[in-house]
Amino acid sequence: MANGIRDKVAILGMGCSKFGERWDKEADDLMVEAFEEAIKDAGIEKNQIQAAWLATAIEEQHVGKSGIPLAQALRLPFIPVTRVENYCASGTEAFRGAVYAVASGACDFALALGVEKLKDAGYGGLPQRSRGVLNSMFWPNLSAPGSFAQVAAAYVAKHGCKPSDLKQAMAHVSVKSHDNGARNPKAHLQKKITIDTVMNAPMVAAPLGLYDCCGVSDGSACAIVTTPELAKSLGKSDIISVKAIQLAVSNGLEAQHNSWDGSYFATTRIASTRAYAEAGIKNPREQISLIEVHDCFSITELVTMEDLHISPEGGAIKDVLDGFYDADGTIPCQIDGGLKCFGHPIGASGLRMLYEMYLQLLGRAGPRQRKQPPVFGLTHNLGGFPHQNVSSISIVGLYGA
Amino acid sequence: MEIGILAYGAYIPRRRLARKSVADANAWFNPALKAQARGERSMCNWDEDAVTMAVEAARDCLTGLARDEIRAVQLASTSFPFEDRLNSGIVAQALNLGAEISALDVGSSQRAATAGLAAALQGTLAGGQALFLASDKRRTKAGSTLEMTSGDGAAAFLIGAGKVIAKLIGAHSRTVDFVDHYRGQGFAYDYVWEERWIRDEGYAKIVPATLAGLFKKCAVEPGSIAHFCMPCTIGKVAASVAKKAGIPEGAVRDNLHAVCGETGCAHSLVMLADALAVAKPGERILVVGFGQGCDALLFEATADLQQLPPRKGVRGYLARRREETNYNRFLAFNDLVTLERGMRAELDKQTALSTLYRKRDMILGLVGGRCGKCGTLQFPKSNVCVNPDCNAFHTQTDHPFAEMSGKVNSHTADQLTYSPDPPAIFGMVQFDAGGRLLADFTDVDIAEVSVGLTMRMVFRIKDYDSQRGFTRYFWKATPAGAAKEA
Repeated sequence: MANGIRDKVAILGMGCSKFGERWDKEADDLMVEAFEEAIKDAGIEKNQIQAAWLATAIEEQHVGKSGIPLAQALRLPFIPVTRVENYCASGTEAFRGAVYAVASGACDFALALGVEKLKDAGYGGLPQRSRGVLNSMFWPNLSAPGSFAQVAAAYVAKHGCKPSDLKQAMAHVSVKSHDNGARNPKAHLQKKITIDTVMNAPMVAAPLGLYDCCGVSDGSACAIVTTPELAKSLGKSDIISVKAIQLAVSNGLEAQHNSWDGSYFATTRIASTRAYAEAGIKNPREQISLIEVHDCFSITELVTMEDLHISPEGGAIKDVLDGFYDADGTIPCQIDGGLKCFGHPIGASGLRMLYEMYLQLLGRAGPRQRKQPPVFGLTHNLGGFPHQNVSSISIVGLYGA
Repeated sequence: MEIGILAYGAYIPRRRLARKSVADANAWFNPALKAQARGERSMCNWDEDAVTMAVEAARDCLTGLARDEIRAVQLASTSFPFEDRLNSGIVAQALNLGAEISALDVGSSQRAATAGLAAALQGTLAGGQALFLASDKRRTKAGSTLEMTSGDGAAAFLIGAGKVIAKLIGAHSRTVDFVDHYRGQGFAYDYVWEERWIRDEGYAKIVPATLAGLFKKCAVEPGSIAHFCMPCTIGKVAASVAKKAGIPEGAVRDNLHAVCGETGCAHSLVMLADALAVAKPGERILVVGFGQGCDALLFEATADLQQLPPRKGVRGYLARRREETNYNRFLAFNDLVTLERGMRAELDKQTALSTLYRKRDMILGLVGGRCGKCGTLQFPKSNVCVNPDCNAFHTQTDHPFAEMSGKVNSHTADQLTYSPDPPAIFGMVQFDAGGRLLADFTDVDIAEVSVGLTMRMVFRIKDYDSQRGFTRYFWKATPAGAAKEA
C-alpha cells in the first residue's frame, strides 16, 4: 500500500537565475546560472548527480526537444536526462521525477531543472503556437488572459458578487505581489504599483487588465535532491524535505460536462486535497505557513485561495481584501513576488516557487524573510485553461515536521 | 405529383455599411460617389462568405421541416470560396445531409441563380427534394460604383413534390453574349462597361423580349402579375421594363437597394424569397435574372404558402441589423488594404486534409456524441463517455449539435489574441439539452453578452490560410435573440 512521498526525500540545494528580459543570454547560460548556485549550495560534485529532469514547455522557441540541451549545457556525464512538459506544471513535473527517483532508491542524487527562454518571440505575451492539428480546427483562438478571464465571469455569476468588488480584490492581489517583488533582486519586475494603476490599466481580456496579468520573462531554476540520510551525512543540519507532490489533470469533464460551473479549478481542489492527505495536514488554513500559487492572472490567484481549501468558497474576496495573504498576513501568498513579478518562463516557474519556500524555511530569504518561522510551504502550478488544465501541488517543510 | 417550391429562406449579414461612409472616404477621388451616398448595403462579417451565407439561408429555409428527403443540393454563386472544391458539398456537409445526395455548383454569370433554379424546377427530380441555394459576396474595388450598389446575401429554396407553396407556371430564357461586365480568370475584380449602354441596349431590349416569350409560352396576361422581382441597380429600369411589358406598376417590387444592396447573382432569388413572405395564394410572381441574356420564371403562390412554419426570411434578417460606419473595417474585411495584423497573425494555418476528412462530421457538421448508456450529450464525440458516473466505453452515437440552443456560461473579449475583428469574443456555451463547447462568438457586441444569454450556433469561417488559399470552417455561437422571425 502506497504511503506517499512525505519525508522520503530532502532538497540538498537549489538555485535560481535572475528572471527577466535576458536579451544577452541563451537558455544554456540561464541553466548554468541556476545550476552553479544549486551545486554550490548542495555541496556535492556535479558528477555525483545520477539522473536529471529538464522542464521546458515552449521548447520550439528555444532549446528544442529532448534532455540533450540540459546534458550539453552542464556536460553531464552521460547520465539519464529526461525532458518533461506538462504545461505550466512542467517545472514541478521535473521536480517530481527527481524526487521519485531518489525515493525509489534508484539514485542518491537527482537534478530537476527548468528553463524557458521566451523573449525571442518578437512580441510581448506568450509565443503563439499551434494547438494541434484537430484542436486548431475547433478551439477558439484564445490567448491565456482570454481563457482565464472566463473564470471571472463565471465566478461573478455563481457567487452573485459585484464585478467591481471582484476587480478590487484582483487589484489587491497584484499590488500585494508587486510590494513583495520590490524586495526581490531576482524578480523581473521590482516596482511597487498602486490600486489605481491596476484599475485604470488598459484592458487585455475583460475583466483582466494589463496589471492583472503576469509578465513574460526568461529564467531558470533548479533543485538537487537526495535522501534525508545522505543530506545529514553531508553535514546538513536544517533539512528541508518533501511532504507531498500531487498532480491532477483534467479528463475533459470541465470542457464537456455541465457539472462544472466554470467558477473554480476542479483540478486544484482535487490535487490540494490529495496533497494535504499525503503531507498529513488536517487543516491547511491553520497549518500551512506560506504559499506560492500560479498567479498567471490575478483572478487565478484569487480563485485558487478557495480551491486550496484555505479561503471558504466565495470567501476569497474578503480574505484578499483583509490582507490575509499579504506578506505580513496570516498566510503570505507570493512572498517572492510571484509570477506577477518574476514573469513566467514556463519550465522554470514551479522550481522558482520551491526555491522561495526553500529559502524561507531555511531563514535565507533576506528582506523578504518571514519573521514567524515557516513550517510548511505550499507551491501550486496551473497549466492550460480553466476548462482543461494540469494542476500541481507541492508541499515542502522542515524534516520531521 | 406537381413539383414546385416547398419552402423558402434567406440570409442577409448583420452589418450594414452606410454608403455615406464609402462616399466620404472616396469622394476626393471620385466625387460622383456622393450622388450614391444614400442608404446602406449589407456586408459580410470577416468570417462569412458565399458558403456560410448559403448554409444560413438553407437553415432558414428548412425551419420546421425534415431534411431526410433532400437528394440534391445546388449552389449558385459568382464568388465561390473554392474554385476547385465542391462548394455545395461543403454546404451539404454542414447541413448533415448525408452522402447519398447529388451536389452541383452553378456559376459564371449574374444569371446563375435564375438559370439554376429554372433547371432544377424543370429537371427530372428522381424522387426526393432538392435544395437550391444562391449566395454571393462579390469582390469590388474600393471606391467603385459596384462597391456602393452591391450587398452580400443568400436565398434558399426547397424544391420537390408535396406541399408546394409556389408552383412554376413556366420559364423562358434568352441567351445573348451581352458583356455588361466580366471577370477573367485570375482576376479579382469585375471590369464594367458604361451604364447608359447597359441600360439601353441590355436591360431595355433583352428583358422585355424574354418576358414576351414567357407570356406567350405560358399564355399569361402580363396584367395578372402581382409581384415583379427584377434586380437592377440602374435607376428606374425595372419600372420601365414592367411598363414596356404591360406589368402593373404596383407589382414592381422593392429591389432592397436602400437597405441591402444587390446581392450578386443571388439577388433575383432574394427578391423572390422576399415576395413569398407576403404573397397571397393565387398571386403570380415573376422573377427576372439578367446576365448575358435573361431568365424569366413565373410562379403562382398556393394556399399551402400560409401553412409554412414561420421563418426569418429577408425581412427577419434585415431587422437583425448593426450599422457600420467605419469604411476602414469594410476594407480590412475584404482585404482591400494592407493592414498591420501583428506577428500573432503569422501562425501557420495549414489544414491537414486527412484530419478534416476524418472529422468532417464534427468540424463541418457539428456532430457530437450521445452516450447510449447514460444519455449524456457531449462534444466532441469520443470513445469514453465524459459523465463521471458513467465513463462507458464505445457507447456514443452521432448527435447533431448545430440546431441546439445553449446559454453562455462564461465569456470574455480578448484583445491580445489575433482576430480579424478584435477583440475576439468567446466563451463556454452550455447546450440546454446537454453538452458544452468553448466557442467563438460572432455577430455580437460585448456589451450584450452576459452569463445566461441564449445562443444559437452558426456555420462560419474559422481561419483563412492565406499562404495556401484554404478556408477553414467551423461553428460559432451568436445571440439567438438577434434574429427575430419575420
